[in-house]
Amino acid sequence: MSERALLELRGIYKSFPGVKALQNVDFTLQKGEIHALMGENGAGKSTLIKVFTGVHVKDAGDIFIEGQSVQIRSPKEAQENGISTVYQEISLCPNLSVAENIFIGRGEGKFVNWKENNKKAGELLESLGINVKPTQQLGSCSIAVQQMIAIARAVDMECRVLILDEPTSSLDESEVAKLFKLMRDLKARGVGIIFVTHFLDQVYEVCDRITVLRDGKLVGQYDIETLPRVQLVSKMLGKELDDMADIKNDIPVFENSDQTPVYEGTNLCSTEGISPFDFKIRKGEINGFTGLLGSGRSECVRTIFGADKVTSGTVKVDGREVKITKPIDAMKQGIAYLPEDRKRDGIIGDLSVKDNIILALQVKTGFFKPFSKSEAIEFANEYIKLLDVKTASVNTPIKSLSGGNQQKVILARWLLTHPKYLILDEPTRGIDVGTKVDIQKLMLKLASEGMSVTFISSETDEMLRTCSRLLVMRDRKLVGELTGDQLTQACVMNTIAGGDKNAADK
Amino acid sequence: MKVKKIFAMTVSMALCIAMCAGCGSTGGSEGGNDTPATTKAPDAAAEGGSTEGGNTDGGSAPASGELIKVGIINNDPNESGYRTANDKDLKEAFSEANGFKADFSYSLKNDEQIAAAQKYIQDEVDYLLLSAADTAGWDTVLKDAQAAGVQVILFDRTIDADPSLYAASVVSDMAKEGQTAVDWLKGQNLGKYEVIHLQGVMGTAAQKGRSQALIDTAASEGWTIVEEQTAEWNAEKAQQIVQSAIDSNKSFNVIYAENDDMAKGAVAALDKANISHGVGKDVIVMGFDCNKWALEELKAGNWNYDGQCNPFQSSYIKDIITKLQNGETIAEKTIIMDEKGFDAATITQEDVDKYGI
Amino acid sequence: MPQTNNDAKPANILAGLLKNQLVIPLAALLLLALFNLIADPSFFKITLSQNSNGDPVLNGYLITILDFGSELAILALGMTLVTAASGGQDISVGAAMAISGSVMLRVLCGSDSRAETMQAPIIVAFIISCVVAMLFGAFNGSLVAFFRIQPMVATLILFTAGRSIAAWINHNELPIVKDPGFGYFGNYIPGIPIPTPFFIAVGCFIIMWALLKFTTLSLYVQSVGINEKTSRLNGLNPEFIKLMTYVILGVCVSIAGFIKVSRLSTINYSVIAKDIEMDAILAVALGGNALGGGKFSMGASVLGAYVIQFLTTTLYKFGVSADALPAYKAVVVILLVTMSAPAVREKINALKNKKNAGKQASAAGNA
Repeated sequence: MSERALLELRGIYKSFPGVKALQNVDFTLQKGEIHALMGENGAGKSTLIKVFTGVHVKDAGDIFIEGQSVQIRSPKEAQENGISTVYQEISLCPNLSVAENIFIGRGEGKFVNWKENNKKAGELLESLGINVKPTQQLGSCSIAVQQMIAIARAVDMECRVLILDEPTSSLDESEVAKLFKLMRDLKARGVGIIFVTHFLDQVYEVCDRITVLRDGKLVGQYDIETLPRVQLVSKMLGKELDDMADIKNDIPVFENSDQTPVYEGTNLCSTEGISPFDFKIRKGEINGFTGLLGSGRSECVRTIFGADKVTSGTVKVDGREVKITKPIDAMKQGIAYLPEDRKRDGIIGDLSVKDNIILALQVKTGFFKPFSKSEAIEFANEYIKLLDVKTASVNTPIKSLSGGNQQKVILARWLLTHPKYLILDEPTRGIDVGTKVDIQKLMLKLASEGMSVTFISSETDEMLRTCSRLLVMRDRKLVGELTGDQLTQACVMNTIAGGDKNAADK
Repeated sequence: MKVKKIFAMTVSMALCIAMCAGCGSTGGSEGGNDTPATTKAPDAAAEGGSTEGGNTDGGSAPASGELIKVGIINNDPNESGYRTANDKDLKEAFSEANGFKADFSYSLKNDEQIAAAQKYIQDEVDYLLLSAADTAGWDTVLKDAQAAGVQVILFDRTIDADPSLYAASVVSDMAKEGQTAVDWLKGQNLGKYEVIHLQGVMGTAAQKGRSQALIDTAASEGWTIVEEQTAEWNAEKAQQIVQSAIDSNKSFNVIYAENDDMAKGAVAALDKANISHGVGKDVIVMGFDCNKWALEELKAGNWNYDGQCNPFQSSYIKDIITKLQNGETIAEKTIIMDEKGFDAATITQEDVDKYGI
Repeated sequence: MPQTNNDAKPANILAGLLKNQLVIPLAALLLLALFNLIADPSFFKITLSQNSNGDPVLNGYLITILDFGSELAILALGMTLVTAASGGQDISVGAAMAISGSVMLRVLCGSDSRAETMQAPIIVAFIISCVVAMLFGAFNGSLVAFFRIQPMVATLILFTAGRSIAAWINHNELPIVKDPGFGYFGNYIPGIPIPTPFFIAVGCFIIMWALLKFTTLSLYVQSVGINEKTSRLNGLNPEFIKLMTYVILGVCVSIAGFIKVSRLSTINYSVIAKDIEMDAILAVALGGNALGGGKFSMGASVLGAYVIQFLTTTLYKFGVSADALPAYKAVVVILLVTMSAPAVREKINALKNKKNAGKQASAAGNA
């Protein structure tokens, strides 16, 4: 096999001050295959990618392309060797047109003929089945389309190795399907694709082989058929794992009762363009909003928390009518909200872990009652221990933590306020499997202690595992409510897709 | 878009505020004074009155068409007490009651002044009165004025331009002011001369004239200049400079400050260090501009000398305009105003009241 | 082996120190002090003498620095908060000082600018001027917070119009307060040899310290400065907090303006506190605070303010003319800005790593 290997790495070492990021890692990519690179956060996936894209220079080891030993010292050299990367965060220019984005920086000093470029771009996009006009401004396209344009750019640069770093994390399912089709087309053309993702389903849907890294070391390379999911997860975590199975058996049965809802909203609506909806949750209940990305599920919970401008609706908390127009109103009623976009809405990057943890409670406590330093440290340590946050100290700036640990800190922030109703919007996105399981278990534990939880996730099975009631959104409207026997993958899919009548019949 | 709109809105708001402030100050200074005595009706207005007397309603006030249009470009009246007095004097003199329609514009910047001058030329004023911020750069504008038939009268400050380009210039001779002061200092017959020299904003006519006199005399008489620094007409800076000289134990017996504010700052530093100053004391304090409060200090014997810089040019200018209106020629283009120097030993209360600004 | 331990410890302490914000202004201060020590040790001499009223006063360059640095240090307090919360600076503080000083004199002198006695108690005049300065602060703050105008652009309005407003308040007159008691605040209180402005500044530091210690201002301001959206979702009101920082700066402005007019018991609208905004911003920058908002260190800003006054006084001592001062300050700004530029930081870090690697290698070799 190795004689026709497209890209081969042997014995790669890379260390940063204090960290051995990669130790003796081998990696082989064949022509025309989709190869998943798996590992928990901090396993060395990103470092490995940065080594063969020239962002980092390896300390030791060899890189071969089609059997030829090459040196890659800069992104430009990687590009010249036919290696292209599409990152999670789009690195194109939103204010330029699609065609300009495809051809920018590749003029080779010639005059640019935009008319011809537009035509060429049009042909390229058509051949890849991307339905967008070359003259359209990139910023006006959806994230998925932008991602595909980034791939188109890479394809047009005659790349032989395409690296997709978490391309699906901000796409909804139909968009993911489109992306996968594009990936398969490229595979048929002989392009080798390295696919980095947290979504196990997607790996099994589209990949041919898997390379697993753990703690900067190679665990192994496997054909997809020979490695069942549970095995993969246990290899990533480095232990046999029954946790997932545990959870599955643990769905709390929640019977409708006459008990007053903890939160009850009628005719809620915000400026973010959702149709007015009713919503209630009881003590100890876990429910969830599901639907495609952009269906309005996040907007619903933001309305509940008062994060967007609330335009109508009446709210009762514990049966008493209250006014919630600002987040502080909701907080005072014991509602907590972990936002979807961790970087933008969740963390205060430069502040320490400690300050990030105490923030919400401090705001609730009031302007003239600051916590003393020792109190704050005590709070922080308590929750760092409880949630097993990996941080050097309480004074480490939160931005230097990994994504999963940042998420835990924000969760700690809200748990510290001892809410009676906790809203979690995509708490498991972009974090490693271990933390995902931790968070799900924690939710169940909190609910059993009497907290109400609303949970949103792009991974339906996560929600099915934890929620006793699912509210389904489509096109910014609440279109269905599923409980009990209806909580199956098929039923959810049907409701989302518009077969809600069928679902109800079942 | 939205941001731009808001920006535009705030800028216009700022302009409104600035305008209000400007109007307010005008109103304030006028309101603060007794109405200027309408001494003599200007000739032009009198003529107009006699020929068209039957048509005008009131008769006493000249019709607006008969007013002499004057564009006055001055420095910012907030700059100093001198300028405030100067502006007040001009406003009183060139009022409608006196037969003038005067427009005022103020700037400390040459280019803004030039822009204002061009506007006045377009407005077809009869006379352009100018106190230039800077001496250079005026040739083109003055040529434009000449072509448009606008008579230019310089006041307070001269410029580097051909004298044919302006009708007259009413100035203080800064060099003469300086020389008067330095001569007075020489006349004190001190045993030794150790002078701290506080200069105005470098390059201004007042600074040049007043500095040169001291520098020349110090060189010829063998005086020591202990410190020579610009405090930019600013009392605080003067205080810090003198403080610095005291802190480093420099010996001095004369403070030659090129305006009253700087002298005041210097005196604050002297007081702090218990260095006596004034008549018959250790340090001689000299200032310029004859602010009223400065003359009071003089009278109290805290300061020794104050040189006048006459801000009351309006009477001189009005004379010139009258002559020009009557078709007379101006014999001497440069008119130097009378300026005094006051000695603490001889100053009287009348001097304080009359010359204090 | 214990030797390696000993080696490691000072290195850690040094690394910790380098991370501390105080290190920049302290280094600058030491550099200036060292320069003066070599050039002329008498710079550090302090003498006790009497002033012309026969009261004891301390004299010397260091006292001068403490004295004249006070206004700047007080302004730096407010400017630090404004910078942290709104990610921009207020360039109108000089003009606002002219306004608050003018209001103060207007109240003290009444309608007669040469009044023999004060027409109102100083405290009343101060409170009125303080309220006016807070209102102007609120004006700037609301432009920044509600209309989302760049702070420098928003404050440009008052920067342009402020001195005219100040002149208008007193009808263009230059009032003089004749009561010697008014001068105490900018000079000396009889019998106390330390300049009063220094006491006022220390009082302000204590109040600010208490404000940061006994309220959550610091956490709120930093949160809003770093991430407005997150702050809102955590129940804060970012607009109000920004507005509040500008109002606090207004208070600082009125105190600094009070000292300034008290120094000479009069005011000159066009030159009072001229260019002080640049010095105040420089003090914040010199304190190692990010000018784009976020984390701040109040102590470092205050130290930065005194370093700037140290520099000014040093330059005066060596006879550098006043109009050349900005050029020297510009050099400091260039150094600061380039040092904090990400590109340069990376280079320095890379250099440090190399050095460390070299050290480790040589240590390994020795072992």
